[in-house]
Amino acid sequence: MASRVQIPTNNSALIAMIADEDTVVGFLLAGVGNVDIRRKTNYLIVDSKTTVKQIEDAFKEFTTREDIAIVLISQYVANMIRFLVDSYNKPVPAILEIPSKDHPYDPAHDSVLSRVKYLFSSESVASGRR
Amino acid sequence: MSGQSQRLNVVPTVTMLGVVKARLVGATRGHALLKKKSDALTVQFRQILKKIVSTKESMGDIMKTSSFALTEAKYVAGDNIKHVVLENVREASLRVRSRQENVAGVKLPKFDYTADADAAKSDLTGLARGGQQVQQCRAAYVKAIEVLVELASLQTSFLTLDEAIKTTNRRVNALENVLKKIQGYKKREIEKKMQMQLQIQSSSTKVPSNKEASFNSSQNLLAVADKDEDIIF
Repeated sequence: MASRVQIPTNNSALIAMIADEDTVVGFLLAGVGNVDIRRKTNYLIVDSKTTVKQIEDAFKEFTTREDIAIVLISQYVANMIRFLVDSYNKPVPAILEIPSKDHPYDPAHDSVLSRVKYLFSSESVASGRR
Repeated sequence: MSGQSQRLNVVPTVTMLGVVKARLVGATRGHALLKKKSDALTVQFRQILKKIVSTKESMGDIMKTSSFALTEAKYVAGDNIKHVVLENVREASLRVRSRQENVAGVKLPKFDYTADADAAKSDLTGLARGGQQVQQCRAAYVKAIEVLVELASLQTSFLTLDEAIKTTNRRVNALENVLKKIQGYKKREIEKKMQMQLQIQSSSTKVPSNKEASFNSSQNLLAVADKDEDIIF
């Protein structure tokens, strides 16, 4: 099968982040952050001055980098580049939308959860508990 | 038409009948096996769906507690703790290991996180004040990462399985609706032709001049079968 996506089995992959400052600081404290020799970081802090272009570039970079297995993205940031997040359909790296402190989490916007809900429609698990 | 050149040449003989019968048996067995695979994948898929929904909900709670822990740490250790943290990023002590799991011939990715213990110890954030709060905050975020990594592996499994189920079902349907019908049709057709030939041969023993006609008629039958739109093999 030539079309099947190869899943890399490496021992140390990174977790990338695109989120607001507080969330990034918290995860950096846990030890997720990484700065390489060229001063490239595996996270992007989104504040009021960050442009959509910057977020797009960071998203594209993180999803194409070999050493990143998971990309955490705040949901309100994901909403800014919704078209990119929705069109992304590779299994690795996995895109995870996380809630941020000052934006409540809305399960209806999550690209994966909406697909899950669509498949679960008869039981309506996610929508029933909102 | 590319299908024209790939057409199987069907001659009404006993050997050909045997070949077609064997093909039909093969198609039936392949269909049964693929159906089993599809069922196994679907069972796995449903389990993953359930887990995803419950993990997504627990993620909300855990993110809430961890951001509250960060607020506590900020309150005790001062707001400038974030600058200390942002400046002290060197190398990731918390990394993700990926491995593969095999479910009915489909390789699913699984993520585990590994924490480098001694790297965390050497961190002096919050040494002046609020050290305990900072440690609690760190523990809360490590717990959050744990849940997020689990969710990520569930999510990738979900996407991979979804794709695999689609391909398997397509193959099952192809075998069920196209191949088996065509093979069965061919088998019946050959049997019919052989019967016809037998009749012709038995009658030709009485009238020898009929032999030419019988050859022509069998050729004609083949030509009629060739025109059928459904035959692609």
